[in-house]
Amino acid sequence: MSKKKQRTYQQDIVGDSINSLRKVVEPPKENGSHLMKYLLIGISAAFLFLMLALPLAVVVMNACKEGWDAYREAVMDEYTMKALQLTLLATVITVAVNTIFGLFASFLLSKFYFRGRQVLAALIDIPFSISPVIAGLVFILTFGNMGWMGDVLDKYNIKIVFAVPGVVLVTVFVTFPFVFRELFPVLNAQGKDEEEAAALMGAGGFTIFRRITLPHIKWALLYGIILCSARAMGEFGAVSVISGHLRGKTNTLPLHVEILYNEFNTTAAFAVSSILVLLAVLILVVKSLVEWKKE
Amino acid sequence: MEQQIVKVKNKKGVRVIPGFGLSMGVTLAMLSCIVLIPLASIFISVSKISLQEFVEIVTSRQVMSGYMVSFTCAFFAAIINGAFGLVLAWVLVRYDFPGKRIMDGMIELPFALPTAVAGISLTFLYSDQGWIGQLFDKAGVRIAYTRIGITIAMVFVGIPFVVRSVQPVLAKLDRQYEEAAMMLGAGRWRTFFRVVLPELFPALLAGFGLAFARGIGEYGSVVFIAGNIPYETQIAPLLIMSKLEQFKYSDATAIALVLLLVSFLLMFLINSLQIYMQRFVKN
Repeated sequence: MSKKKQRTYQQDIVGDSINSLRKVVEPPKENGSHLMKYLLIGISAAFLFLMLALPLAVVVMNACKEGWDAYREAVMDEYTMKALQLTLLATVITVAVNTIFGLFASFLLSKFYFRGRQVLAALIDIPFSISPVIAGLVFILTFGNMGWMGDVLDKYNIKIVFAVPGVVLVTVFVTFPFVFRELFPVLNAQGKDEEEAAALMGAGGFTIFRRITLPHIKWALLYGIILCSARAMGEFGAVSVISGHLRGKTNTLPLHVEILYNEFNTTAAFAVSSILVLLAVLILVVKSLVEWKKE
Repeated sequence: MEQQIVKVKNKKGVRVIPGFGLSMGVTLAMLSCIVLIPLASIFISVSKISLQEFVEIVTSRQVMSGYMVSFTCAFFAAIINGAFGLVLAWVLVRYDFPGKRIMDGMIELPFALPTAVAGISLTFLYSDQGWIGQLFDKAGVRIAYTRIGITIAMVFVGIPFVVRSVQPVLAKLDRQYEEAAMMLGAGRWRTFFRVVLPELFPALLAGFGLAFARGIGEYGSVVFIAGNIPYETQIAPLLIMSKLEQFKYSDATAIALVLLLVSFLLMFLINSLQIYMQRFVKN
Protein backbone atom coordinates (compact mmCIF):
# COMPACT_ATOMS: atom_id res chain seq x y z
CA MET A 1 0.00 0.00 0.00
CA SER A 2 2.62 2.45 1.07
CA LYS A 3 4.89 1.25 -1.71
CA LYS A 4 2.19 2.03 -4.24
CA LYS A 5 1.72 5.45 -2.85
CA GLN A 6 5.42 6.09 -3.03
CA ARG A 7 5.51 4.99 -6.58
CA THR A 8 2.80 7.37 -7.63
CA TYR A 9 4.60 10.07 -5.75
CA GLN A 10 7.78 9.27 -7.62
CA GLN A 11 5.89 9.16 -10.86
CA ASP A 12 4.49 12.53 -10.06
CA ILE A 13 7.90 13.94 -9.45
CA VAL A 14 9.28 12.44 -12.59
CA GLY A 15 6.28 13.57 -14.54
CA ASP A 16 6.60 17.07 -13.18
CA SER A 17 10.26 17.37 -13.91
CA ILE A 18 9.70 16.09 -17.40
CA ASN A 19 7.08 18.71 -17.84
CA SER A 20 9.31 21.46 -16.55
CA LEU A 21 12.17 20.11 -18.63
CA ARG A 22 9.93 20.29 -21.63
CA LYS A 23 9.15 23.87 -20.73
CA VAL A 24 12.84 24.67 -20.67
CA VAL A 25 13.89 22.77 -23.73
CA GLU A 26 11.00 23.59 -25.95
CA PRO A 27 10.26 27.19 -26.70
CA PRO A 28 6.92 28.39 -25.35
CA LYS A 29 3.97 27.34 -27.46
CA GLU A 30 4.36 29.45 -30.54
CA ASN A 31 0.67 29.41 -31.25
CA GLY A 32 -0.36 31.23 -28.12
CA SER A 33 2.36 33.85 -28.24
CA HIS A 34 1.63 34.53 -31.90
CA LEU A 35 -1.98 35.11 -31.09
CA MET A 36 -0.95 37.47 -28.32
CA LYS A 37 1.43 39.28 -30.60
CA TYR A 38 -1.15 39.91 -33.29
CA LEU A 39 -3.76 40.84 -30.71
CA LEU A 40 -1.48 43.47 -29.17
CA ILE A 41 -0.38 44.80 -32.54
CA GLY A 42 -4.03 44.93 -33.54
CA ILE A 43 -5.00 46.87 -30.43
CA SER A 44 -2.15 49.31 -30.97
CA ALA A 45 -2.95 49.81 -34.61
CA ALA A 46 -6.65 50.31 -33.90
CA PHE A 47 -5.91 52.80 -31.13
CA LEU A 48 -3.50 54.80 -33.27
CA PHE A 49 -5.85 54.72 -36.22
CA LEU A 50 -8.78 55.92 -34.16
CA MET A 51 -6.93 58.54 -32.15
CA LEU A 52 -4.31 59.82 -34.57
CA ALA A 53 -4.91 58.83 -38.17
CA LEU A 54 -8.63 59.60 -38.34
CA PRO A 55 -8.29 63.19 -37.11
CA LEU A 56 -5.68 63.77 -39.81
CA ALA A 57 -7.96 62.24 -42.41
CA VAL A 58 -10.79 64.50 -41.26
CA VAL A 59 -8.67 67.57 -41.84
CA VAL A 60 -7.64 66.51 -45.31
CA MET A 61 -11.16 65.42 -46.31
CA ASN A 62 -12.79 68.62 -45.13
CA ALA A 63 -10.13 70.82 -46.62
CA CYS A 64 -10.72 69.30 -50.04
CA LYS A 65 -14.50 69.05 -49.72
CA GLU A 66 -15.35 72.14 -51.74
CA GLY A 67 -12.74 71.62 -54.37
CA TRP A 68 -9.41 73.10 -55.26
CA ASP A 69 -10.63 76.65 -55.83
CA ALA A 70 -12.17 77.00 -52.40
CA TYR A 71 -9.03 75.52 -50.90
CA ARG A 72 -6.77 77.92 -52.73
CA GLU A 73 -8.96 80.85 -51.82
CA ALA A 74 -8.82 79.97 -48.13
CA VAL A 75 -5.09 79.36 -48.14
CA MET A 76 -4.12 82.32 -50.31
CA ASP A 77 -6.31 84.66 -48.29
CA GLU A 78 -4.53 87.83 -47.19
CA TYR A 79 -5.09 87.16 -43.49
CA THR A 80 -3.98 83.55 -43.78
CA MET A 81 -0.74 84.69 -45.41
CA LYS A 82 -0.17 87.29 -42.70
CA ALA A 83 -0.85 84.65 -40.04
CA LEU A 84 1.58 82.25 -41.71
CA GLN A 85 4.24 84.94 -41.75
CA LEU A 86 3.78 85.67 -38.07
CA THR A 87 3.82 81.97 -37.19
CA LEU A 88 7.06 81.46 -39.09
CA LEU A 89 8.62 84.57 -37.55
CA ALA A 90 7.68 83.48 -34.03
CA THR A 91 8.95 79.95 -34.70
CA VAL A 92 12.32 81.12 -36.02
CA ILE A 93 12.94 83.50 -33.12
CA THR A 94 11.77 80.92 -30.60
CA VAL A 95 13.99 78.20 -31.97
CA ALA A 96 16.99 80.54 -32.04
CA VAL A 97 16.49 81.73 -28.46
CA ASN A 98 15.80 78.28 -27.07
CA THR A 99 18.72 76.72 -28.90
CA ILE A 100 21.12 79.26 -27.43
CA PHE A 101 19.64 78.68 -24.01
CA GLY A 102 19.63 74.90 -24.40
CA LEU A 103 23.30 74.85 -25.40
CA PHE A 104 24.48 77.02 -22.53
CA ALA A 105 22.25 75.44 -19.90
CA SER A 106 23.03 71.83 -20.82
CA PHE A 107 26.77 72.61 -20.98
CA LEU A 108 26.55 74.26 -17.57
CA LEU A 109 24.58 71.50 -15.89
CA SER A 110 26.50 68.58 -17.34
CA LYS A 111 30.11 69.82 -17.23
CA PHE A 112 30.19 71.68 -13.94
CA TYR A 113 29.14 70.64 -10.48
CA PHE A 114 27.85 73.35 -8.21
CA ARG A 115 25.36 73.78 -5.42
CA GLY A 116 21.77 74.11 -6.54
CA ARG A 117 22.32 72.20 -9.75
CA GLN A 118 19.21 70.07 -9.21
CA VAL A 119 17.14 73.12 -8.35
CA LEU A 120 18.24 74.86 -11.52
CA ALA A 121 17.28 71.82 -13.60
CA ALA A 122 13.87 71.74 -11.93
CA LEU A 123 13.36 75.46 -12.57
CA ILE A 124 14.14 75.04 -16.26
CA ASP A 125 11.45 72.37 -16.48
CA ILE A 126 8.73 74.63 -15.08
CA PRO A 127 7.19 75.62 -18.43
CA PHE A 128 6.55 71.92 -19.12
CA SER A 129 4.11 71.58 -16.26
CA ILE A 130 2.33 74.90 -16.68
CA SER A 131 -0.92 75.24 -18.55
CA PRO A 132 -0.44 77.33 -21.71
CA VAL A 133 -3.29 79.57 -20.60
CA ILE A 134 -1.43 80.32 -17.38
CA ALA A 135 1.71 81.03 -19.40
CA GLY A 136 -0.21 83.68 -21.32
CA LEU A 137 -1.77 85.04 -18.14
CA VAL A 138 1.63 85.42 -16.52
CA PHE A 139 2.82 87.68 -19.32
CA ILE A 140 -0.35 89.77 -19.18
CA LEU A 141 0.17 90.20 -15.46
CA THR A 142 3.75 91.29 -16.10
CA PHE A 143 3.54 93.47 -19.16
CA GLY A 144 -0.16 94.35 -19.43
CA ASN A 145 -1.81 97.60 -18.37
CA MET A 146 -2.36 96.26 -14.88
CA GLY A 147 1.07 94.65 -14.67
CA TRP A 148 3.96 96.01 -12.70
CA MET A 149 6.02 96.56 -15.86
CA GLY A 150 3.07 98.20 -17.60
CA ASP A 151 3.89 101.76 -16.58
CA VAL A 152 7.51 101.54 -17.64
CA LEU A 153 6.56 100.09 -21.00
CA ASP A 154 3.90 102.76 -21.47
CA LYS A 155 6.44 105.49 -20.84
CA TYR A 156 8.70 104.27 -23.62
CA ASN A 157 5.72 103.37 -25.78
CA ILE A 158 6.62 99.71 -26.05
CA LYS A 159 3.72 97.36 -26.63
CA ILE A 160 4.16 93.73 -25.67
CA VAL A 161 0.70 92.48 -24.75
CA PHE A 162 -1.67 92.29 -27.71
CA ALA A 163 1.31 92.79 -30.03
CA VAL A 164 3.88 90.72 -31.86
CA PRO A 165 6.56 90.77 -29.11
CA GLY A 166 4.08 89.22 -26.70
CA VAL A 167 3.25 86.45 -29.14
CA VAL A 168 6.94 85.69 -29.58
CA LEU A 169 7.62 85.87 -25.84
CA VAL A 170 4.93 83.38 -24.82
CA THR A 171 6.00 81.02 -27.58
CA VAL A 172 9.56 81.14 -26.24
CA PHE A 173 8.23 80.54 -22.72
CA VAL A 174 6.12 77.53 -23.62
CA THR A 175 8.90 75.77 -25.52
CA PHE A 176 11.71 76.95 -23.26
CA PRO A 177 13.01 73.58 -21.98
CA PHE A 178 12.69 71.66 -25.26
CA VAL A 179 16.22 71.89 -26.64
CA PHE A 180 17.74 71.66 -23.17
CA ARG A 181 15.77 68.48 -22.41
CA GLU A 182 17.15 66.80 -25.55
CA LEU A 183 20.75 67.89 -25.01
CA PHE A 184 21.13 67.38 -21.29
CA PRO A 185 20.89 63.55 -21.07
CA VAL A 186 23.34 63.13 -23.95
CA LEU A 187 25.91 65.50 -22.48
CA ASN A 188 25.43 64.06 -19.02
CA ALA A 189 26.05 60.52 -20.24
CA GLN A 190 29.15 61.62 -22.13
CA GLY A 191 30.78 62.93 -18.95
CA LYS A 192 33.42 65.63 -18.84
CA ASP A 193 36.69 63.76 -19.23
CA GLU A 194 37.24 64.73 -22.83
CA GLU A 195 36.58 68.40 -22.17
CA GLU A 196 38.91 68.35 -19.19
CA ALA A 197 41.66 66.72 -21.20
CA ALA A 198 41.26 69.30 -23.93
CA ALA A 199 41.30 72.13 -21.41
CA LEU A 200 44.44 70.78 -19.78
CA MET A 201 46.10 70.63 -23.17
CA GLY A 202 45.34 74.28 -23.55
CA ALA A 203 42.25 74.51 -25.70
CA GLY A 204 40.05 77.57 -25.25
CA GLY A 205 36.41 77.43 -24.27
CA PHE A 206 34.99 77.91 -27.73
CA THR A 207 37.39 75.41 -29.29
CA ILE A 208 36.44 72.79 -26.72
CA PHE A 209 32.79 73.38 -27.39
CA ARG A 210 33.15 73.29 -31.17
CA ARG A 211 35.57 70.39 -31.45
CA ILE A 212 34.50 68.14 -28.59
CA THR A 213 31.07 68.92 -27.21
CA LEU A 214 29.25 69.76 -30.42
CA PRO A 215 30.05 66.54 -32.32
CA HIS A 216 28.55 64.55 -29.45
CA ILE A 217 25.28 66.41 -29.42
CA LYS A 218 24.85 67.00 -33.14
CA TRP A 219 21.84 64.72 -33.51
CA ALA A 220 20.27 65.54 -30.19
CA LEU A 221 20.53 69.22 -31.07
CA LEU A 222 18.82 68.70 -34.40
CA TYR A 223 16.16 66.61 -32.70
CA GLY A 224 15.56 69.28 -30.08
CA ILE A 225 15.30 71.99 -32.72
CA ILE A 226 12.75 69.91 -34.63
CA LEU A 227 10.59 69.30 -31.56
CA CYS A 228 10.88 72.90 -30.49
CA SER A 229 9.82 74.25 -33.86
CA ALA A 230 6.87 71.85 -33.95
CA ARG A 231 5.58 73.05 -30.63
CA ALA A 232 6.34 76.70 -31.35
CA MET A 233 4.45 76.56 -34.63
CA GLY A 234 1.35 75.05 -33.09
CA GLU A 235 1.13 76.87 -29.78
CA PHE A 236 -2.45 77.94 -29.23
CA GLY A 237 -3.51 78.48 -25.62
CA ALA A 238 -0.77 80.85 -24.54
CA VAL A 239 -0.77 82.84 -27.77
CA SER A 240 -4.55 83.02 -27.65
CA VAL A 241 -4.41 84.75 -24.27
CA ILE A 242 -1.84 87.35 -25.19
CA SER A 243 -2.47 88.09 -28.85
CA GLY A 244 -5.80 89.88 -28.56
CA HIS A 245 -6.83 88.27 -31.86
CA LEU A 246 -6.05 91.25 -34.07
CA ARG A 247 -6.55 89.98 -37.58
CA GLY A 248 -3.59 90.46 -39.83
CA LYS A 249 -1.50 91.76 -36.93
CA THR A 250 -1.18 89.35 -34.04
CA ASN A 251 -3.00 86.35 -35.44
CA THR A 252 -0.95 83.21 -35.78
CA LEU A 253 -2.08 80.32 -37.95
CA PRO A 254 -3.65 78.28 -35.10
CA LEU A 255 -5.57 81.38 -33.96
CA HIS A 256 -6.69 82.01 -37.51
CA VAL A 257 -8.04 78.45 -37.63
CA GLU A 258 -10.04 79.13 -34.48
CA ILE A 259 -11.53 82.34 -35.87
CA LEU A 260 -12.56 80.68 -39.12
CA TYR A 261 -14.05 77.73 -37.22
CA ASN A 262 -16.05 79.99 -34.91
CA GLU A 263 -17.36 81.85 -37.96
CA PHE A 264 -18.72 78.48 -39.16
CA ASN A 265 -16.37 78.74 -42.12
CA THR A 266 -15.48 75.07 -41.66
CA THR A 267 -13.94 74.43 -45.04
CA ALA A 268 -11.60 77.39 -44.76
CA ALA A 269 -10.71 76.42 -41.19
CA PHE A 270 -9.75 72.92 -42.30
CA ALA A 271 -7.94 74.25 -45.35
CA VAL A 272 -5.75 76.46 -43.16
CA SER A 273 -5.37 73.52 -40.77
CA SER A 274 -4.08 71.42 -43.64
CA ILE A 275 -1.05 73.75 -43.94
CA LEU A 276 -0.30 73.07 -40.30
CA VAL A 277 -0.88 69.34 -40.76
CA LEU A 278 1.52 69.38 -43.69
CA LEU A 279 4.16 71.13 -41.58
CA ALA A 280 3.56 68.69 -38.71
CA VAL A 281 3.90 65.62 -40.94
CA LEU A 282 7.01 67.14 -42.51
CA ILE A 283 8.52 67.64 -39.07
CA LEU A 284 7.73 64.05 -38.12
CA VAL A 285 9.32 62.73 -41.29
CA VAL A 286 12.47 64.78 -40.72
CA LYS A 287 12.50 63.59 -37.11
CA SER A 288 12.25 59.94 -38.17
CA LEU A 289 15.03 60.49 -40.72
CA VAL A 290 17.23 62.00 -38.03
CA GLU A 291 16.59 59.03 -35.74
CA TRP A 292 17.28 56.62 -38.54
CA LYS A 293 20.54 58.41 -39.41
CA LYS A 294 21.57 58.37 -35.78
CA GLU A 295 21.16 54.62 -35.59
CA MET B 1 40.99 63.23 4.70
CA GLU B 2 38.50 62.47 2.02
CA GLN B 3 36.11 65.03 3.36
CA GLN B 4 38.79 67.66 3.23
CA ILE B 5 39.44 67.03 -0.40
CA VAL B 6 35.77 67.36 -1.18
CA LYS B 7 35.64 70.58 0.76
CA VAL B 8 38.56 72.07 -1.08
CA LYS B 9 36.93 71.14 -4.35
CA ASN B 10 33.72 72.77 -3.32
CA LYS B 11 35.34 75.94 -2.07
CA LYS B 12 37.95 76.67 -4.63
CA GLY B 13 36.27 74.85 -7.46
CA VAL B 14 38.85 72.83 -9.33
CA ARG B 15 37.21 73.59 -12.63
CA VAL B 16 39.46 72.82 -15.54
CA ILE B 17 36.94 73.45 -18.28
CA PRO B 18 36.62 77.13 -19.07
CA GLY B 19 33.31 78.86 -19.60
CA PHE B 20 31.63 78.29 -16.25
CA GLY B 21 30.97 81.96 -15.60
CA LEU B 22 29.71 82.63 -19.10
CA SER B 23 27.33 79.68 -19.29
CA MET B 24 26.10 80.28 -15.74
CA GLY B 25 25.47 83.93 -16.56
CA VAL B 26 23.65 83.27 -19.81
CA THR B 27 21.56 80.46 -18.31
CA LEU B 28 20.51 82.42 -15.25
CA ALA B 29 19.83 85.61 -17.20
CA MET B 30 17.65 83.90 -19.79
CA LEU B 31 15.87 81.74 -17.24
CA SER B 32 15.08 84.77 -15.08
CA CYS B 33 13.93 87.00 -17.91
CA ILE B 34 11.75 84.46 -19.65
CA VAL B 35 10.49 82.16 -16.90
CA LEU B 36 11.13 83.29 -13.35
CA ILE B 37 10.32 87.02 -13.45
CA PRO B 38 7.06 86.61 -15.39
CA LEU B 39 6.10 83.71 -13.15
CA ALA B 40 6.75 85.83 -10.08
CA SER B 41 4.12 88.31 -11.20
CA ILE B 42 1.40 85.76 -10.58
CA PHE B 43 2.43 85.71 -6.94
CA ILE B 44 2.69 89.49 -6.85
CA SER B 45 -0.83 89.78 -8.24
CA VAL B 46 -2.22 87.23 -5.84
CA SER B 47 -0.75 89.10 -2.88
CA LYS B 48 -2.97 92.05 -3.82
CA ILE B 49 -6.10 89.94 -3.28
CA SER B 50 -7.24 89.45 0.31
CA LEU B 51 -7.46 85.90 1.57
CA GLN B 52 -11.21 86.09 1.94
CA GLU B 53 -11.63 87.22 -1.65
CA PHE B 54 -9.29 84.51 -2.82
CA VAL B 55 -11.24 81.78 -1.05
CA GLU B 56 -14.49 83.21 -2.34
CA ILE B 57 -13.31 83.15 -5.95
CA VAL B 58 -11.79 79.72 -5.78
CA THR B 59 -14.70 78.05 -4.01
CA SER B 60 -17.44 79.56 -6.15
CA ARG B 61 -19.64 76.95 -7.77
CA GLN B 62 -18.48 77.64 -11.30
CA VAL B 63 -14.79 77.44 -10.43
CA MET B 64 -15.18 74.31 -8.33
CA SER B 65 -17.03 72.55 -11.13
CA GLY B 66 -14.30 73.70 -13.52
CA TYR B 67 -11.64 72.08 -11.35
CA MET B 68 -13.71 68.94 -11.03
CA VAL B 69 -14.15 68.59 -14.78
CA SER B 70 -10.47 69.23 -15.45
CA PHE B 71 -9.16 66.88 -12.79
CA THR B 72 -11.54 63.96 -13.36
CA CYS B 73 -11.27 64.03 -17.15
CA ALA B 74 -7.48 64.38 -17.02
CA PHE B 75 -7.28 61.53 -14.53
CA PHE B 76 -9.32 59.12 -16.65
CA ALA B 77 -7.49 60.18 -19.78
CA ALA B 78 -4.17 59.50 -18.06
CA ILE B 79 -5.38 56.04 -16.98
CA ILE B 80 -6.48 55.20 -20.52
CA ASN B 81 -3.14 56.47 -21.79
CA GLY B 82 -1.32 54.41 -19.19
CA ALA B 83 -2.97 51.22 -20.41
CA PHE B 84 -2.69 51.86 -24.14
CA GLY B 85 0.70 53.50 -23.78
CA LEU B 86 2.03 50.36 -22.12
CA VAL B 87 0.64 48.17 -24.92
CA LEU B 88 2.05 50.51 -27.57
CA ALA B 89 5.47 50.62 -25.97
CA TRP B 90 5.46 46.82 -25.65
CA VAL B 91 4.49 46.33 -29.28
CA LEU B 92 7.07 48.85 -30.52
CA VAL B 93 9.92 47.37 -28.48
CA ARG B 94 9.25 43.64 -28.53
CA TYR B 95 7.68 42.88 -31.89
CA ASP B 96 8.77 43.25 -35.48
CA PHE B 97 6.13 43.83 -38.08
CA PRO B 98 5.67 45.81 -41.28
CA GLY B 99 4.75 49.42 -40.66
CA LYS B 100 6.46 49.53 -37.29
CA ARG B 101 8.55 52.54 -38.22
CA ILE B 102 5.47 54.48 -39.30
CA MET B 103 3.71 53.53 -36.09
CA ASP B 104 6.69 54.69 -34.10
CA GLY B 105 6.82 57.99 -35.96
CA MET B 106 3.11 58.57 -35.49
CA ILE B 107 3.36 58.53 -31.70
CA GLU B 108 4.76 62.05 -31.72
CA LEU B 109 1.93 63.40 -33.85
CA PRO B 110 0.11 65.00 -30.90
CA PHE B 111 3.33 66.89 -30.14
CA ALA B 112 3.71 68.14 -33.67
CA LEU B 113 0.09 68.78 -34.57
CA PRO B 114 -1.14 72.16 -33.34
CA THR B 115 -3.66 71.65 -30.57
CA ALA B 116 -6.26 73.84 -32.26
CA VAL B 117 -6.18 71.67 -35.37
CA ALA B 118 -6.51 68.54 -33.25
CA GLY B 119 -9.38 70.19 -31.43
CA ILE B 120 -11.49 71.04 -34.46
CA SER B 121 -10.89 67.73 -36.18
CA LEU B 122 -11.72 65.70 -33.05
CA THR B 123 -14.86 67.76 -32.61
CA PHE B 124 -15.84 67.08 -36.21
CA LEU B 125 -15.13 63.38 -35.80
CA TYR B 126 -17.07 62.90 -32.58
CA SER B 127 -19.98 65.31 -33.09
CA ASP B 128 -23.36 63.64 -33.69
CA GLN B 129 -22.88 64.03 -37.45
CA GLY B 130 -19.23 63.00 -37.47
CA TRP B 131 -17.85 59.66 -38.61
CA ILE B 132 -17.55 58.17 -35.16
CA GLY B 133 -20.03 60.33 -33.29
CA GLN B 134 -22.77 59.12 -35.63
CA LEU B 135 -22.28 55.52 -34.56
CA PHE B 136 -22.38 56.39 -30.89
CA ASP B 137 -25.30 58.73 -31.38
CA LYS B 138 -27.39 55.81 -32.60
CA ALA B 139 -26.56 54.00 -29.39
CA GLY B 140 -27.70 57.07 -27.48
CA VAL B 141 -24.23 58.15 -26.38
CA ARG B 142 -23.16 61.70 -27.06
CA ILE B 143 -19.44 62.31 -27.13
CA ALA B 144 -18.79 65.83 -28.36
CA TYR B 145 -19.80 68.57 -25.92
CA THR B 146 -19.76 66.13 -22.99
CA ARG B 147 -17.08 65.04 -20.55
CA ILE B 148 -16.43 61.95 -22.66
CA GLY B 149 -15.33 64.27 -25.46
CA ILE B 150 -13.05 66.19 -23.14
CA THR B 151 -11.49 62.92 -21.99
CA ILE B 152 -10.91 61.83 -25.58
CA ALA B 153 -9.16 65.09 -26.42
CA MET B 154 -6.97 64.68 -23.35
CA VAL B 155 -6.16 61.10 -24.36
CA PHE B 156 -5.05 62.48 -27.73
CA VAL B 157 -2.59 64.97 -26.25
CA GLY B 158 -1.28 62.52 -23.65
CA ILE B 159 -0.36 59.51 -25.80
CA PRO B 160 3.30 60.37 -26.43
CA PHE B 161 4.11 60.95 -22.77
CA VAL B 162 3.43 57.40 -21.59
CA VAL B 163 4.86 55.66 -24.67
CA ARG B 164 8.05 57.71 -24.68
CA SER B 165 8.56 57.21 -20.94
CA VAL B 166 8.12 53.44 -21.00
CA GLN B 167 9.79 52.66 -24.34
CA PRO B 168 13.46 53.28 -23.45
CA VAL B 169 13.17 51.45 -20.12
CA LEU B 170 11.54 48.45 -21.75
CA ALA B 171 14.19 48.41 -24.47
CA LYS B 172 16.96 48.37 -21.88
CA LEU B 173 15.30 45.70 -19.76
CA ASP B 174 17.38 42.54 -19.67
CA ARG B 175 15.33 39.65 -21.01
CA GLN B 176 17.27 37.18 -18.89
CA TYR B 177 15.00 37.84 -15.94
CA GLU B 178 11.95 36.97 -17.95
CA GLU B 179 13.59 33.84 -19.26
CA ALA B 180 14.58 32.90 -15.75
CA ALA B 181 11.04 33.43 -14.52
CA MET B 182 9.67 31.34 -17.37
CA MET B 183 12.15 28.56 -16.65
CA LEU B 184 11.22 28.57 -13.01
CA GLY B 185 7.72 27.82 -14.16
CA ALA B 186 5.94 31.16 -14.13
CA GLY B 187 3.37 31.60 -16.84
CA ARG B 188 3.49 34.44 -19.30
CA TRP B 189 1.02 36.59 -17.36
CA ARG B 190 2.74 35.96 -14.10
CA THR B 191 6.11 36.78 -15.61
CA PHE B 192 4.72 40.02 -16.95
CA PHE B 193 3.02 41.14 -13.77
CA ARG B 194 5.67 39.98 -11.32
CA VAL B 195 8.89 40.54 -13.27
CA VAL B 196 8.41 43.04 -16.09
CA LEU B 197 5.80 45.39 -14.70
CA PRO B 198 7.64 46.24 -11.46
CA GLU B 199 10.65 47.27 -13.54
CA LEU B 200 8.53 49.42 -15.80
CA PHE B 201 6.39 50.91 -13.08
CA PRO B 202 8.47 54.02 -12.27
CA ALA B 203 8.58 54.95 -15.96
CA LEU B 204 4.89 54.21 -16.35
CA LEU B 205 4.15 56.38 -13.36
CA ALA B 206 6.22 59.21 -14.76
CA GLY B 207 4.38 58.97 -18.06
CA PHE B 208 1.06 58.87 -16.24
CA GLY B 209 1.98 61.96 -14.26
CA LEU B 210 3.09 63.90 -17.32
CA ALA B 211 -0.06 62.95 -19.21
CA PHE B 212 -2.18 63.89 -16.21
CA ALA B 213 -0.47 67.27 -15.81
CA ARG B 214 -0.76 67.94 -19.52
CA GLY B 215 -4.45 67.04 -19.45
CA ILE B 216 -5.16 69.43 -16.59
CA GLY B 217 -3.51 72.31 -18.38
CA GLU B 218 -4.61 71.47 -21.91
CA TYR B 219 -6.61 74.16 -23.64
CA GLY B 220 -6.46 74.14 -27.43
CA SER B 221 -7.59 70.65 -28.23
CA VAL B 222 -10.17 70.49 -25.45
CA VAL B 223 -11.92 73.82 -25.85
CA PHE B 224 -13.62 72.97 -29.13
CA ILE B 225 -14.91 69.54 -28.15
CA ALA B 226 -15.94 70.73 -24.67
CA GLY B 227 -18.60 73.09 -25.94
CA ASN B 228 -18.24 75.34 -22.91
CA ILE B 229 -21.49 74.45 -21.11
CA PRO B 230 -21.43 76.05 -17.61
CA TYR B 231 -21.14 73.57 -14.73
CA GLU B 232 -21.01 70.72 -17.24
CA THR B 233 -18.03 70.92 -19.56
CA GLN B 234 -16.22 74.07 -18.54
CA ILE B 235 -12.60 73.21 -17.87
CA ALA B 236 -10.46 75.28 -15.52
CA PRO B 237 -8.14 76.78 -18.18
CA LEU B 238 -11.23 77.91 -20.06
CA LEU B 239 -12.50 79.67 -16.94
CA ILE B 240 -9.21 81.57 -16.71
CA MET B 241 -9.61 82.54 -20.33
CA SER B 242 -13.18 83.80 -19.93
CA LYS B 243 -12.30 85.75 -16.78
CA LEU B 244 -9.51 87.41 -18.74
CA GLU B 245 -11.89 88.32 -21.51
CA GLN B 246 -14.09 90.02 -18.91
CA PHE B 247 -10.94 91.79 -17.59
CA LYS B 248 -11.40 90.15 -14.18
CA TYR B 249 -7.68 89.78 -13.68
CA SER B 250 -7.79 88.94 -9.97
CA ASP B 251 -10.30 86.12 -10.58
CA ALA B 252 -8.16 84.70 -13.35
CA THR B 253 -5.04 84.92 -11.21
CA ALA B 254 -6.67 83.16 -8.26
CA ILE B 255 -7.96 80.31 -10.43
CA ALA B 256 -4.56 80.03 -12.11
CA LEU B 257 -2.67 79.93 -8.82
CA VAL B 258 -4.62 76.93 -7.56
CA LEU B 259 -4.11 75.15 -10.86
CA LEU B 260 -0.41 75.97 -10.75
CA LEU B 261 0.00 74.70 -7.21
CA VAL B 262 -1.85 71.49 -8.03
CA SER B 263 0.36 70.74 -11.01
CA PHE B 264 3.52 71.52 -9.04
CA LEU B 265 2.33 69.27 -6.24
CA LEU B 266 1.55 66.54 -8.74
CA MET B 267 4.98 66.72 -10.34
CA PHE B 268 6.61 66.74 -6.91
CA LEU B 269 4.63 63.72 -5.72
CA ILE B 270 5.38 61.73 -8.82
CA ASN B 271 9.06 62.64 -8.75
CA SER B 272 9.45 61.59 -5.13
CA LEU B 273 7.44 58.43 -5.66
CA GLN B 274 9.63 57.61 -8.64
CA ILE B 275 12.83 58.14 -6.66
CA TYR B 276 11.45 56.01 -3.83
CA MET B 277 10.46 53.23 -6.19
CA GLN B 278 13.77 53.23 -7.98
CA ARG B 279 15.50 52.82 -4.66
CA PHE B 280 13.11 50.04 -3.80
CA VAL B 281 13.70 48.22 -7.07
CA LYS B 282 17.47 48.55 -6.75
CA ASN B 283 17.45 47.14 -3.24
